[in-house]
Amino acid sequence: MMAHRPLHALCLASALSLASASAATPAPLAGALRELRDVAAEGKGNIPASAAWKHVAAADAKAVPAILAAMDGANDYALNWLRAAAETVAQREAAAGRALPVAELRKFLADVKHHPKARRFAYELIARAEPATARALLPGFVNDPGNELRREAVQGLVDAAAKNVATDKAAAVAGFRSALGYSREADQVDDIAKRLTDLGEKVDLQAAFGWVTRWKLIGPFDNTGGAGFEKAFAPERSVDLAAETDGKTAKVRWVDLVTKSDYGFVDFNQPFKELKEVTGYAYAEFWSDKARTAQVRIGTDNGWKLWVNGKFLFGREEYHRNTEVDQYRVPVELKAGSNTFLVKCTQNEQVEDWTKTWQFQLRVTDDLGTPIVSAK
Amino acid sequence: MKLPSLGLACLLALSARADDWTQFRGPAGNGIATGPKLPTKLDTRSVTWAVDLPGRGLSSPVIIGDRVFVTASSGARQDRLHVLCFNLADGSLRWERQFWATGRTMTHEKISAATPSPASDGRRIFAIFSSNDCAALDLDGDLLWYRGLGRDYPNASNSLGMSSSLVVADGVLVAQVENDSESFTAGLDAATGLNRWKIDRPKKANWTSPSLLKGADGKTLVALQSSKGVTVVEPATGKTVWSYDDGASTVPSTTVSEGKLYVPSQGLTVLEPAAPGQPPKQLWRSSQMRPGTSSPLVLGDRVFTMNDGGILSCADAADGKRLWQLRLKGPFSATPVSAGGFLYCVNEKGLVQVVDPSKPDGVVVSELDLAQAVIGTPSIAAGSLFVRSDGKLWRIGRDSAL
Repeated sequence: MMAHRPLHALCLASALSLASASAATPAPLAGALRELRDVAAEGKGNIPASAAWKHVAAADAKAVPAILAAMDGANDYALNWLRAAAETVAQREAAAGRALPVAELRKFLADVKHHPKARRFAYELIARAEPATARALLPGFVNDPGNELRREAVQGLVDAAAKNVATDKAAAVAGFRSALGYSREADQVDDIAKRLTDLGEKVDLQAAFGWVTRWKLIGPFDNTGGAGFEKAFAPERSVDLAAETDGKTAKVRWVDLVTKSDYGFVDFNQPFKELKEVTGYAYAEFWSDKARTAQVRIGTDNGWKLWVNGKFLFGREEYHRNTEVDQYRVPVELKAGSNTFLVKCTQNEQVEDWTKTWQFQLRVTDDLGTPIVSAK
Repeated sequence: MKLPSLGLACLLALSARADDWTQFRGPAGNGIATGPKLPTKLDTRSVTWAVDLPGRGLSSPVIIGDRVFVTASSGARQDRLHVLCFNLADGSLRWERQFWATGRTMTHEKISAATPSPASDGRRIFAIFSSNDCAALDLDGDLLWYRGLGRDYPNASNSLGMSSSLVVADGVLVAQVENDSESFTAGLDAATGLNRWKIDRPKKANWTSPSLLKGADGKTLVALQSSKGVTVVEPATGKTVWSYDDGASTVPSTTVSEGKLYVPSQGLTVLEPAAPGQPPKQLWRSSQMRPGTSSPLVLGDRVFTMNDGGILSCADAADGKRLWQLRLKGPFSATPVSAGGFLYCVNEKGLVQVVDPSKPDGVVVSELDLAQAVIGTPSIAAGSLFVRSDGKLWRIGRDSAL
C-alpha cells in the first residue's frame, strides 16, 4: 500500500495548480491537462483522458513545464498520464533536434513547491539535454523534499566518502555520518550504517530509523485455521491495560516489552514462546508535539491490523512471504498530545523454521521518511 | 475499393500476424513458433544484436511486426516502470515510456516489478507489473489508458511479488491478481481499461498465468489456474464454463494443446473438456512428469517438462508414459520454447541449450552462453530467439553454420 495525501490538502493543491496552469498555458492545453488530472480509481475518467492525452502529447517542447506543473497535487493515476505525455513530447522534440527549454526546467526544478516526481522528471530532462548541468546541480539536493533527487545526492556523499576510506578514515567517517543524517530511505540508511560499522564506528540504528520501542503486549489469543484474523478479541473492543481476559488456553494480561532490536522488532515469541495459530496485540502510546499528517510504517511477515486512536486503518492477511523495513506505509493523522497505536499480529499454522517469526516493527515518519519520535 | 473492404483490410493489417509473438509463450500460449525456421547451431556469432535495458525484468519480449516490446523496472524500490519498443532489425530504441508504480513493488530478490509479461492484440501493447499497474499503449507509444489495480484494491499484492502475465481475448484483457489477501481476476475492457468483470479468487499466492483455449462452440475461453485447480471462464463475462477442483501448482502454468489441458496438478494431469458445466475428463496423470518452475511444453505427440535442476523429461502425450530424460545444465526457471521441432532452453546462468528431441533420449545440438542471469522465458519471431536478462535484450537469429 502506498501513502495517500490527505484529501483536503490534495483539493487545495489541485485548485492552486490548475489556476496557475490555466494562467500560463493556452486554454485548449489547460483543458486537456484538466482531463488528465480528473482520472481516478477503477479507470474513472480514462475515456476522456485518452482523447485529451493525444492533445497534450502533441504539444511542443515549450509546453513541457506546464505539463509538469499540472502534476502539482495530482493523484497517482494522473501523474502517470501526465508523465507519459511529457515524455512523448520530449522524445519527439529530441528526435527532431529541437531543444528542450532547459532554463525553464531549471526554474521549475528549483521550486520545491512543485511535485517531487515532477521535479525529478525535470531533472532527468535537463540531464538528457545538458548532462554537465545536471551533474553540477545534483549535490544541492541532499536535503531535498523529494526522495529520488535526495537519494541520488546522498549517494554522491557516500561515494565521495568511500574514496577516502583507505587514505583518510576521519574524512570517510565524517562523510558517511553526513550522508546518514540526510538519508531517508531504509536500504540506504542500512548501507551507510554498515560502512560506518566496518570502520569501527558505532551507529545507533534504533535512533536512525526511529522505531517505536516501548510496548505493552497481550496474548496468546486463538488463530486456529486463521479464524483469529477476523475475530475481534477483547483488546479490539477496548484496551484496559489492567484487565485480565480470556486467551487461547488461559487467562492473559498485558506485559511490558521494550525492544532492543536494531530493527525495532516487537517479538511476541519473547514473552509468549514460540506458538502457532495464535493472535497477539501490542499497544503503545505516542506523543506528538502538534497535530500533523504522518505515516505509520510497518514491517512484518505475519498477519496484521493497525488501529490509531481507536480507528482501524489497515490490515493484511499474509504469512511468511517476505518482510522489509517500511514494507507497509499507512497515512495517519496524529493529534497533538497522546496518540495510541494498537497492532494485531497473527501467527499461522506453518511449522517450517522460517515460519517461527511472530513479530513486527513500527515507526512513524513524515512522507519523506524522516523519523518522527514520540515527544515523551 | 468499397469502404467495407477497406475497413476489413485495415482491420487485418492492424491485427496480430501469424509470425508475431503476442504474449507469454506466444500467440497460442503453447511456446511453439510457427513462423520462419530458427537457427539450431548457435554460438556467439548467432547474436544478431544485443542492447542494454534500463532496468530489471523477467517478462518475455513481445514482437509485433518490426517492433520488439519489453518491460523493465528500475529504482531502489523498483518503482519506476518501463515499457520499451525496439526496432526488430537492429535493436535501436524506437520509444520508451516510464510510469511510477502506484502499488507495492516489493518482491523476492530473484524477481522484480517487471516479472509479468505484456500482451498484445496486434494493435496495442498491454503491460502489467508486479505492482499491478497496467498500461495500454498503441504501437507508437501513445498512452491509451492506465490502471493502478494495486492502488484501486490496496490489499491486492504479494510481498514476494506478482508474476501472472496477461492474455487478451474478445476485446478483454484478463489479469489474474491472485494473492493471500485481496485475491481476484479482472476482465478489463481492452479499449478503455474499465472493469468488464471482477471475480473473487482463492486467497492464496499465485504466480501462474492464464491460458487460452477454445470452447465447444469454437469461442475463446480462458483457463485460470490456482491452488484449488483450474477454472475456465468466458473472457467477455468472467462466467465460469467448467472447473477442475483437484488442486494445482501456483508456479508453472497450464499448457493447452489440441484442445487438451496439461495442468501442473498432482504432478502433471491432462484434461479433456467435456460439455459446458460438466467436469472435464482426466486422460492421464503422472507424478514423474511434475514440472519445476517452467511450464509444460507439448510438441506433436510428446510432452516435455523441466525440473528446476535442469532435467528435461519427455513423455508420450497420449498416455503420459515417460520416454526419456535428458540432463541439461541447470538451474532453470524459464519455460522452454520451440521452433522447427527443436527446443530452446535457457538456464538461469544464461546458457541457451538447443535440444533435438527427435533423437533417442534427446540431444543437445548446440549451446550459447549469454553469461548473464536469465529467469524469464524467451520469445520467438522473425526466425530469431529473443532472450532478456536484468540488463540486456538479445536477438539470436544467425546460424553459426551459415
